[in-house]
Amino acid sequence: MTWLTEWVGYLPQMMSGLGVSLLIAGISILFGYPLGLGLSLMVTAKNLAVRTLGLAVVEIGRGAPALVILYLFYYGLPKFGIAFESVTAACLALTWNSAAYSSEIMRAGLQSVARGQQEASNALGLSQRVTFFRVIMPQGMRSAIPGLMGVAIQVFQGTSLAYGIAVPELMKTAYNIGSQDFNYLQIFTLAGLCYAVISMPATWITVFFEKRMARHT
Amino acid sequence: MDALSAVLQGLPMTLGLTLSAFAIGIVGAVPLALGLSSSNLPVRLASRLFVDLVRGVPIIVWLFLLKFGIQIGTFKFNPVGAAIVGLGIVSVAYLAEILRGGLQSVPRGQGEASHALGLAPADTFYGVLAPQAFRIVSPSIATYLTGLLKDSSIASTIIVTEMVFQSQAFARQHPTVEGILPYIIVGVLYIVLSLPVAYLSRRLDSRMRKAIYA
Repeated sequence: MTWLTEWVGYLPQMMSGLGVSLLIAGISILFGYPLGLGLSLMVTAKNLAVRTLGLAVVEIGRGAPALVILYLFYYGLPKFGIAFESVTAACLALTWNSAAYSSEIMRAGLQSVARGQQEASNALGLSQRVTFFRVIMPQGMRSAIPGLMGVAIQVFQGTSLAYGIAVPELMKTAYNIGSQDFNYLQIFTLAGLCYAVISMPATWITVFFEKRMARHT
Repeated sequence: MDALSAVLQGLPMTLGLTLSAFAIGIVGAVPLALGLSSSNLPVRLASRLFVDLVRGVPIIVWLFLLKFGIQIGTFKFNPVGAAIVGLGIVSVAYLAEILRGGLQSVPRGQGEASHALGLAPADTFYGVLAPQAFRIVSPSIATYLTGLLKDSSIASTIIVTEMVFQSQAFARQHPTVEGILPYIIVGVLYIVLSLPVAYLSRRLDSRMRKAIYA
């Protein structure tokens, strides 16, 4: 019971940390999805240079650990005179991460649209732009929804890595409280619960969507 | 090339962490996957709660919880121990979910046919269901292994001397432009290290496919 009362005391600080985590996750997802769409188009482009560039951005974003990209932005780039605030660096790194992962999911979604749809649009004389935005994308994105939700959850959990560059997010807040009172077990349990309270229902909703999609196709 | 040799000093630790956690994960995931697909409701719910809870909490929280939070008598985790146990627990949960998916995708008729042929439940599981499930999940397991390799970098936050930790140490000693090198090198190394896993997985997959259709 003493845990509960102490937790209540920590909650205001923890909530402001959680706010920072959610903000970083929100920004990274907001920019990551459109960039991911752009990358998925680059990867499937006919132009070799465009395709190679797209592939490189995607493969680095997925292949290198998020923590390494984070350090590269925060500790590495200032050596070239490009310095970021820690929160900005975290947003940039996680945006890259989410763009890379979501591009693969969107590419798979777009490619799953039957070829006949493209051919029918051509036969009807629709312009390339209208075909893509009104015919291919709405169908392709639908099957990408569960995967994209998964990326969002992954990015939210990934914000905890911003602890490594001293962003005052949930994990850093918890560590600061812990190092004052040496009650690490308590405070990290609370931190874990804060993450779980958001991630677990989000996962259940994702699974629900996955099952619905599987039923309809 | 100083930067490269500095980063490479952490390579054995990165590989050791990844493989130890993976071993714990595979061993623990089998019973948990059975729990997830059990017909006993309390067992199934408890397994589900464990898996979702472990996956719902970021790895860094597990590592800090073990490293700083656990003290039983005079026992405390050292950084490497905390990292192996933490990454191991997380692997158990993720791999159990992968194995459950595999078991579920084996057609029901296989189990029913084995039952009708009078095979013992153990024989049905090990001789009929498990081999087919493994064939289905082996690419997912390989994907998870490459993910685990990348996640092992998080151990640097609790002062495990793996590749990212060595990169940071080098960068701190070289405040010039050279200090950016280790981060680039270590990023490329993770990508290079996951190539053989992808290659072996593809070979294993195609060999097993041949084994079915030959």
